[in-house]
Amino acid sequence: MNVLEVNNVRKCFGSEVVLEDLSLSVPEHTATVLIGASGSGKSTLLRCINLLDEIDDGSIHLDGEEISDPHIDVDVVRRRLGMVFQSFNLFPHMTVLDNITLSPIKVHGLEKDEARHKAIELLTRFGLADKANQFPDRLSGGQQQRVAIIRSIAVRPRVLLLDEVTSALDPVLVNEVLSIVRDLKQDGMTMVLATHEMGFATQVADEVCFLESGRIVERGSATQVISDPQLPQTKEFLKRVHEAGRL
Amino acid sequence: MNTNDGPIHASVGRALSWSPSQREIERIAQRKSLARKRIAIATLSSVVVLGALVIAVVTSPGFTVVKETFFDLSYGRKVLHLVARGILTNIMLTIIASIAIGIIAMTLALLRTSRSAALTPFRILATVYVDIFRGVPLLLVILLIGFGVPALRIHGLTSSVLVLGTIAVVLTYSAYVAEVLRSGILSVHPSQRAAARSLGLSQSQTLRYVVLPQAVKRVIPPLLNDLVALLKDTGLVSILGVIDAVRAAQIEASRTFNYTPYVVASVLFLCITIPLTRYTDRTLLRSIARQNAQGAA
Repeated sequence: MNVLEVNNVRKCFGSEVVLEDLSLSVPEHTATVLIGASGSGKSTLLRCINLLDEIDDGSIHLDGEEISDPHIDVDVVRRRLGMVFQSFNLFPHMTVLDNITLSPIKVHGLEKDEARHKAIELLTRFGLADKANQFPDRLSGGQQQRVAIIRSIAVRPRVLLLDEVTSALDPVLVNEVLSIVRDLKQDGMTMVLATHEMGFATQVADEVCFLESGRIVERGSATQVISDPQLPQTKEFLKRVHEAGRL
Repeated sequence: MNTNDGPIHASVGRALSWSPSQREIERIAQRKSLARKRIAIATLSSVVVLGALVIAVVTSPGFTVVKETFFDLSYGRKVLHLVARGILTNIMLTIIASIAIGIIAMTLALLRTSRSAALTPFRILATVYVDIFRGVPLLLVILLIGFGVPALRIHGLTSSVLVLGTIAVVLTYSAYVAEVLRSGILSVHPSQRAAARSLGLSQSQTLRYVVLPQAVKRVIPPLLNDLVALLKDTGLVSILGVIDAVRAAQIEASRTFNYTPYVVASVLFLCITIPLTRYTDRTLLRSIARQNAQGAA
């Protein structure tokens, strides 16, 4: 069964069409990777799925329920989705532990002790237990992004949306973040990721979608799209990424 | 910052065996001599400028008269307790007013920044309120409220000048402080809201746990500034006849035609405002340092 379904979605900012007739099916426990140049619509698609932006046509379904319905309670939908941003967006006035437990306690109604216990468990698993009581500005970019990922999975979302989570990091820190995502994939977390890391995409993707000007122009398994692209524009894009040393 | 592990150990090893080179020893000596020179220049220029000021005042033709009418020490000591009792009124007024201002200003700021459809009329009213009370001089508001409200002769409404004066101050300052708070709320980056909302927090939870704590922290220095200004401006209610420090000094001065009480009142105000402004400066510098550190991270 598909956890997430995006059907013929269209999104405009003013007169500019950012997503056009875009469809996507994400089965449970799979990872869908979105690739494409900056401005091709990857981030917008993720923001639309998380209802941070409203779509202008089409529909989005989560576990069979239409979440693009204007009457739906967006807070309830977002409780079932996790989102990680390119710029981490940790809350600077809260410790790492408080960042992670805010939503479990305030939104999901967990007891404080239970939420903290679970947060520490996750931090320990990902090697960050000693950072629990520190403030985000004391952490490296890689550590901040790992905390952001833990924060978004602490409430066990149905789908985790990752928006270029390594773009703001230098190459050495990229790996520590990607290894968490690999672990989550092994745990069976359903994911949609936008990324420029093609090697990583090949490792985790069940499906790769190449976006150009708001449309998915080529899709298939990682071996198909990344190793043996069919369309000239996909080839051109991958060639440029390769030249930038990311393949 | 990226390849920390290896180099850190190496540099620790180097630090233990390091001793300054001949060039570095020379540089240290040069820096010391430069620093001495700077201190000497600062001292000299201060003595010259301040000395010239003092001489100009002391040798001015009216100085002896000014000294007697403004700086009569023994008279100043005699009126000190009267003016001090007056300044207690200013302090009390400041404390009570700042609590009321905090509540009203926060409400106004929240209304002005909210996007809820149901609150539209209140948002408009809040905007009009801020426009009016930020634009009318405080002295006029005090006069209008202080003399206007009793003239209405509404039964049960207070005619206490102290209460009416306080209300006037609260009305005006709420508009100022609301704008400070609003700028703080707007300065929190939209990505913080997005992150909070994506975690499932509602609009009001996002405001309460994510936006407001950051907003208020950022505007604490300007708020402290307003607190200092508020304390001074409470002196304006003396125009209604409230016996605060300003009024107490005025009564004394008009009795003896000696203006020393005014100086006493000024000194008393300074005794409170200078520590407060020093403290404000410190928090401002600290918050700037913190923001810069965040920018670097």
